[in-house]
Amino acid sequence: MSTTDLDRIGARAVSDLRGDFPAFADRSAPAYLDSAATAQRPRQVLDAERDYLERHLAPVHRGASAAVGRSTTLFEDARATVARFVGAGDREVVWTENATDALNIVALGLADASAGLAGPEASRFVLEAGDEIVVTEAEHHANLIPWQRLAARTGARLRGVRVDEHGLWSLDGLAAELSERTRVVAFAEVSNVTGFIAPVADVVALVRERAPRALVVLDACQSVPHRPTDFAALGVDFAAFSGHKMLGPNGIGVLYGRAELLDALPPARTGGSTITRVTLDHAEFLPAPHRFEAGTQPVSQAVALAEAVRYLEAIGMEAVAAHEQALAARVVDRLASLPGVRVVGPQAGAPRAGLVAVGVEGVHAHDVGQFLDEAGVVVRVGHHCAQPLHRALGVTATTRASAHVYTTADEMDRFVDALGEVRRFFGVADQAAAVIA
Amino acid sequence: MSGLEGLYQQIILDQSKRRNGDRLLEDPDAEHHEYNPTCGDEITVRVKLSSADAADSTDDRGGPGTARIAELAWQGDGCSISMASASTLTELVAGRTVDEARELIEAFRAMLRSQGAGEPDEEVLGDAIAFHGVSKYVMRVKCAMLAWVALEACLAQATRPAR
Repeated sequence: MSTTDLDRIGARAVSDLRGDFPAFADRSAPAYLDSAATAQRPRQVLDAERDYLERHLAPVHRGASAAVGRSTTLFEDARATVARFVGAGDREVVWTENATDALNIVALGLADASAGLAGPEASRFVLEAGDEIVVTEAEHHANLIPWQRLAARTGARLRGVRVDEHGLWSLDGLAAELSERTRVVAFAEVSNVTGFIAPVADVVALVRERAPRALVVLDACQSVPHRPTDFAALGVDFAAFSGHKMLGPNGIGVLYGRAELLDALPPARTGGSTITRVTLDHAEFLPAPHRFEAGTQPVSQAVALAEAVRYLEAIGMEAVAAHEQALAARVVDRLASLPGVRVVGPQAGAPRAGLVAVGVEGVHAHDVGQFLDEAGVVVRVGHHCAQPLHRALGVTATTRASAHVYTTADEMDRFVDALGEVRRFFGVADQAAAVIA
Repeated sequence: MSGLEGLYQQIILDQSKRRNGDRLLEDPDAEHHEYNPTCGDEITVRVKLSSADAADSTDDRGGPGTARIAELAWQGDGCSISMASASTLTELVAGRTVDEARELIEAFRAMLRSQGAGEPDEEVLGDAIAFHGVSKYVMRVKCAMLAWVALEACLAQATRPAR
């Protein structure tokens, strides 16, 4: 860590890079440490979306005009750019509303297959009573509730890999939940609360060995925007991520799936432009990705998301990961000497992604967040859509600071410094001192 | 007064630790659980009215609204604003009639929706005026309302005519 220059990200000075972001034009603006919820966007991304809307707007994949051709080319080029970024083929990237939508498309597709709504090509997606779906206790609700619903629809049983007192799960814990009956294993590559980085390739190898009938579904929301990703190399079956966490627009997400799987998965949403031949009582669907893209698509968002990918690639994802992880490690190191502040997730010295969630003894997270807000530090407070994890940690809510490419060491220091004042303000510092004494 | 001191007045910080009414009330006439999913704050408010079968007290003095709140107690977990608010509510409603309590709740709600405008009426709201500062923080209004909304539901329950 000491070798990492926190003022630089790859070849650029962070201060220079911040000039790309209109949100930071006002230097007195608060420290924005909530990028894990939604990231700020550089001018290049905003301009790309506006340029498409001003000069190229036309209905993609519909009609025969030259304008439609240009718009469609931009739309599909964007798909190819995003696909290359995550180690996917062009046909393996499906546009969705967001990552939640992408995960639902998988779960609902399995439900449709289980209800007999697809042909023999979808037989590997059929779940029956007694089958099992495995998730971890650390999952975001978006990667939990769709599986609860799938279990309820099919009679399958949902199993949870337990976490330890820091909110971490292990390969051994996962192995204990796997069997021939396991049909789905769904987990996040990076936890949005603990910052734990899952050993995805090891998980896939374990699942293939112990649960050969299982599909591996990866929630990549907190990994794709922050570290190099190659879904094909990882060997996962499906993955999901969203645009607005990776310097891109709202209203667009991605479902990745291996082509042979996507071609067989029943489409959860149906309608125009997903079909080949339609009669009054029957429809046949296109191969992936278009079989899943019913109705008008988020075209300007796709074009802008591709620009966000180019922006991140220009920095280099290795550099992005190194910068953000060094910032988080510094926070964890500094917090170790702060009484009454409990760091959730990997402890000092252990690898973690660029986010840190804490509990402050004697002060509710909402009050912590309010204090930090007043101190000019924007963080996320609450259960971060991970109630089972918080329950396992024995807290209702935590306070999280998260970094992105533009985050500075000074901003993270302001987070730590303000945390150091919280307990005094709320009048709990003395009590704790007494307990320690 | 700076923003943060305006929000967290000393009386609020004190009330959040005092937690008046934080206990189990046996055999309540009504109870209601209220949950704020955005932050996980939750509270169960229980009340006893002056007449156990308050819903039937339709005498000529004006119906169920005239029953008195004999006891209010709550159990919950949440931020300092929500806990202080429950504590303050407990002090304020003791001995009030159902109709008076409803007026108090309405006045409290109106103050919290004011976005910092105007001056709250201490005659009506008593110590609850300390929460005026919360009205400037849109994301915290729900915290302050939590116990009050739960009481409102309790009163509706307790005074609902028997079917």
